[in-house]
Amino acid sequence: MEVPILKQGDFLIATIQAALTDADLLHLRTALLQQVVRSRSRGVIVDVTALDLMDSFASRTVQEIVHMIRLRGAETVIVGIQPEVAFAMVQLGLTLENVATALDLEEGLAYLNQKSKTIS
Amino acid sequence: MEQEIRVPISSDKNIVNARQKGRSAALAVGFSPGGTALEQEIRVPISSDKDIVDARQKGRSVALAVGFSPGAATLIATAISELARNIVSYAKSGEIVIQALHGSPRLGIQVIARDQGPGIHDIKQALRDGFSTSGSLGLGLPGVKRLMDEFQIDSRENRGTTVMVKKWKQ
Repeated sequence: MEVPILKQGDFLIATIQAALTDADLLHLRTALLQQVVRSRSRGVIVDVTALDLMDSFASRTVQEIVHMIRLRGAETVIVGIQPEVAFAMVQLGLTLENVATALDLEEGLAYLNQKSKTIS
Repeated sequence: MEQEIRVPISSDKNIVNARQKGRSAALAVGFSPGGTALEQEIRVPISSDKDIVDARQKGRSVALAVGFSPGAATLIATAISELARNIVSYAKSGEIVIQALHGSPRLGIQVIARDQGPGIHDIKQALRDGFSTSGSLGLGLPGVKRLMDEFQIDSRENRGTTVMVKKWKQ
C-alpha cells in the first residue's frame, strides 16, 4: 500500500489511505525524505485521518520522519489523529513528543504557513 | 432473542426493512458483519508485519460484532497489534487467537498471543513501564494491560510466551 505524496508549493502532503504494514511505514519514511530533498520543500503534512490505529512501531516511525525532516531543515505536521486512536496511543504511553499535530489538513497548512513566515 | 420478527411485505420499503431486521438479528445472535459465526475462534498465524495488520483487523471486526463501540474496537485492535508485534520481533512466529465471549451476563472478547520463542527472562521487569530489551519502546506489555480489562502472561525461557487478554463490554 503506497502512500501518495503530493507537492503543493513549498509543501508536501502525504495522505495515508488505509492500514499500513511496518514495511509500508518504512517506505513512506524513505520516500518522504527523498521528496523533501528533491523538491526543496519547507514543510510536510502527514495526514493520518484514515489510519486504523497507531501502535508503538507506527508512532516511532512517525517520530523518526519528523526528526529526519527537521534535520534537513523542514517542518512536519501530523494531522487527523482520530480521537479513539489518540486515546489508545496515550494508554500505550505513546505521546509523540516534539511532534507538531493539527486537527486537519487545513489547520496543518495554516501551521506550516505560519512557521515558514517566521523563518523568512 | 426467542421471539420471531414479523415484517409485512407490500412495498419496496418493506424489502429494506426486512433485510435490516434480518441483519440485526444475525448480529444479535453472534454472527459477525461478514457472516462468520462468532462461536468459533479465529486463528491468525503470525510471522510477518502483514500478519500484524491482518490480526488487528480481524480483532476489530470481532469486537464490533460483539457490540463494542468503534472507539473500544480501536483499543482492542491496538492491543492486538502490540501483542502480534512482540511475536514478530522476539519469537519470529506464533499465533493470535481471537474469540468472542458471550457467556452471561457480560459480552466480551478474548485474545491469546502464543509463541514458542525465547521467552521473557524477567516478567516483572517486562511489565514495568519503560522497560525494553531491544532499545525500542519495549514490549508494550504495560500498555496492553492498560488497554484491556484482564491480562495474564505465562512465559518460560526457551519454551515460549503466552499472553491472554480480555476486554468486557461496559
